Amino acid sequence: MTTAVQEQKQPVDEAADQRRVVDIVLRARTFGIVGVLALFVLITTVIQSRFLDGSNIRFVLAESAVYVVVAIGETCVILTRNVDLSVGSVVGLSAYLSANLFQAHHGIAIPLVFLVGIGIGTACGLVTGIITALCRVPSLVVTLAMLYIVRGVDTMLAGSNEVVASSLPNSFINIFNNTVLGVPDLAIAAIVMVALAAYYLRYFRSGRDLYAIGSDPEAAERAGIPIARRLLTAFVLSGALAGLGGVIWATQYNTINSTAATGLELQIVAAVVVGGVAIFGGSGSVIGAALGALLLQTITSALNVLGVASLWTEAIAGLLLIVAITLDRGIQLRLATALQRRKVRLGA
Amino acid sequence: MPEQIETPSVAAAGSTRERVSGLLRWETALVVGLVAVVIFGSSISPEFFGSYNVFTLCTNIGDLAIMALPMTLIILTGEIDLSVASILAISAETMGVLIQHGWSMGPIFVVVIAIGIVCGLINGLLVTRVGLPSLAVTIGTLTLFRGLANVILGPNTVSSFPAPYNELGVNGFFGISWLSWSVAIFLVLAVITAGVLRMTPFGRSLYAIGLNQEAAFHAGIRVKRIKLGLYVLSGVVCALVGMLYAFELSSAGENIGIGFELQVITIVLLGGVSIFGGRGTILGVTLAAFIYAGLRSALLLGTSINENDYQVVSGALLILSVLVPNAATLARRANDLFKLRAQRQAGALRADSGG
Repeated sequence: MTTAVQEQKQPVDEAADQRRVVDIVLRARTFGIVGVLALFVLITTVIQSRFLDGSNIRFVLAESAVYVVVAIGETCVILTRNVDLSVGSVVGLSAYLSANLFQAHHGIAIPLVFLVGIGIGTACGLVTGIITALCRVPSLVVTLAMLYIVRGVDTMLAGSNEVVASSLPNSFINIFNNTVLGVPDLAIAAIVMVALAAYYLRYFRSGRDLYAIGSDPEAAERAGIPIARRLLTAFVLSGALAGLGGVIWATQYNTINSTAATGLELQIVAAVVVGGVAIFGGSGSVIGAALGALLLQTITSALNVLGVASLWTEAIAGLLLIVAITLDRGIQLRLATALQRRKVRLGA
Repeated sequence: MPEQIETPSVAAAGSTRERVSGLLRWETALVVGLVAVVIFGSSISPEFFGSYNVFTLCTNIGDLAIMALPMTLIILTGEIDLSVASILAISAETMGVLIQHGWSMGPIFVVVIAIGIVCGLINGLLVTRVGLPSLAVTIGTLTLFRGLANVILGPNTVSSFPAPYNELGVNGFFGISWLSWSVAIFLVLAVITAGVLRMTPFGRSLYAIGLNQEAAFHAGIRVKRIKLGLYVLSGVVCALVGMLYAFELSSAGENIGIGFELQVITIVLLGGVSIFGGRGTILGVTLAAFIYAGLRSALLLGTSINENDYQVVSGALLILSVLVPNAATLARRANDLFKLRAQRQAGALRADSGG
C-alpha cells in the first residue's frame, strides 16, 4: 500500500519539479527583458539626460500602446504555432476608414468610431481565420496573402486621398495626449488589456487550449480540443485588436493615407518574439510580449534622442528578433539537458 | 516472374489511375490557365500581343521568375526564404552608392556577389547550424537587410548608370525587340535548374529532404549542408537580380523591390510547389510565372485595375493556389463529418425506440 502510494507520488513530484525549473527559467526570461530595458534607459540617460524627461517618458508610453495592443493578438496566434503577418495592413485599413468617418459624418460619436475600427479588424480576422483554421492551410501563406489583399483594398478605397488632422475633432486627437495623474490614458488602457489577456490565457480553458495546441497539435486534437474553433478565435482576436490598434494609430498620427502602418507586422512579430513568446508556439506570455513592444519603442525613442538616424530602427528590430530567437534556442537546449540530468539524478 | 503473373489487374488499375492523375496534373491545369489568360488578354486589347506590351510584360516578370528558381529549391526542402526582396534591395542600393563613388563595374560585381553570399550564409547558418525555424529567421533578416539597405543609401536615389547597362530595360535581348534580358536569362537558368532537379542525385535529394528529412538524413544525404548551399545560392541570385532590376529601372532607391517576396512565393506556389516541401516542378513554376505576368498585363491594359489593385489579385491567387490542392481533402473531411452526424442521429433514433 505505502509503496504503491510512493510510486504514484514520485512521478508527480518529478513533473512538479520540472515545471518549477521551467517556470524559473521563463520568469528569468521576462526579467531579462526588463534588465535590458533598464540598461538601455540608463545608458541613454547618461549620454543625454533629456531622455528621462517626463514628457518624453509619457510620449514613449503612449506611443507603445498601439504596439502593445496589436502584440496581444499576435501573441495569441503565435502561441498556437501560427503567425499573423496581416496585422500591419489591418491597422492601416482600420486607421484610414475610421479616421475618414469624421469627414464623412460630421459629429459622429467617438465610441462608434472605435467600434467600426474593431469591426473592420474582426472582419479581416474572420476571413484569415476561416481560411486558415477550417481549410487547414498554412497561416504563413494565408496571412502573407492577406497582408497584400487588405493593403490593396485600403489603396482602392483611399486612392490618393488623405485624412488630415484638421478634419478630426479635438476630443479624438486628445485621446493620445490625455493623462491621468501623469500617466497617458492609452498606456493605462494598454496595461488593463494586457492584464485581462494574461488572466484569460492563464485561467480560462479556451486560453489554456491555445498553449496546448501550440505545444503539440496532434496531442491537442486527441485530447478533444476543438482546434479549428480555437484557431478561429485566435485569428479573430488578432484581427479585432489590430482594428482597435488602427483607431489608436489614427489618434496618434492624425494624417492618414493608404500607406499607414506599412511594415508594422514585422515590428509586432519582433516585439512578441523578443518578449519571449516561442515562435514554435506553446510558450510565452502577453506580459513578455508587451515588454518586448515597450523595449522596441524605447530603443526607437533612444535612437532619436541620441541623434542616430531613424533609418536604423528597422535594421535594429530585425537584429533583435534574430538575437532573441538564437538566445531562446540556446536556453531551450540548456533547459532540455538540465531537465534530463535532473531526471537521471532523481531516478538514481 | 510469378509476381508479374499474379498482379496484372493491380498493375492495370495502377496505370489507369496514373493516366487519369497525369491528366489531372497541376501542370496541365496551368497550361489550360495560360491559354485562357492569352485568349482573355488578346480579346481584351489588340495591344496585348504588341511587341512593346510583350517586352514590358517580360521585364516585369523576368526578375521575379529568376528569384523564383532558388525559392522553388528552398521550398522543395520544406524551408522558406522571406528575405529575397531585402537582399535584392541591399545589393541594388549598395551598387547605387558605389556607382556614386565612381567605382567601375568589375569591383562592384564582386561586391554584389559577396553581399549575396554573406546574406545567404546568415540565413543558412541560422537555419541549419543554430537550428532555428526558417520562417522566423527570414522574417528577421527581411527586416534586417531592408533596414541596412536604407542605412546604406539613405533617402537618396541613384539613377545614372554606366553606358551599356542602363539600356537593359529599354533594349531587347540581342536585338529581339520583345524579349527582355531578364526573361532570356530566366529561361536559360530554368532549363539548367530543371535538368539538375530531374537528373542529378543532388536534385533528387532535394525532394527526398522535403518528403522526409529524417529519412533523407539516414539515407546519407547531407541535409544541413544542402540547405545551407541553397540559402547561399538564393542570396547570390537575388543579389544579382538586384543589379539587373536596378539597371532595368534605371534607378536604385528606397523601397526598391518592396513586397517582391509575396510575388515570388505566389509564383512558386501557383506553380504547384507544395509549401510543405517535396513536391513541385520547374515547368510548373515557369508556367505560373507567365500566367501571373499575362494576367497582370491583361488586367492593366483592358480594365480599370491599376498596379496597386493588382496586389489584391496577387494575394487571391496565392490563397487559391494553396486552397485548391486542399479541396479534395476538405471535401472528404466534410463528407466524413456528415456521415458521422448521420450515424449519430441513427444511433440516437435507435436508442429512442429502444427506450
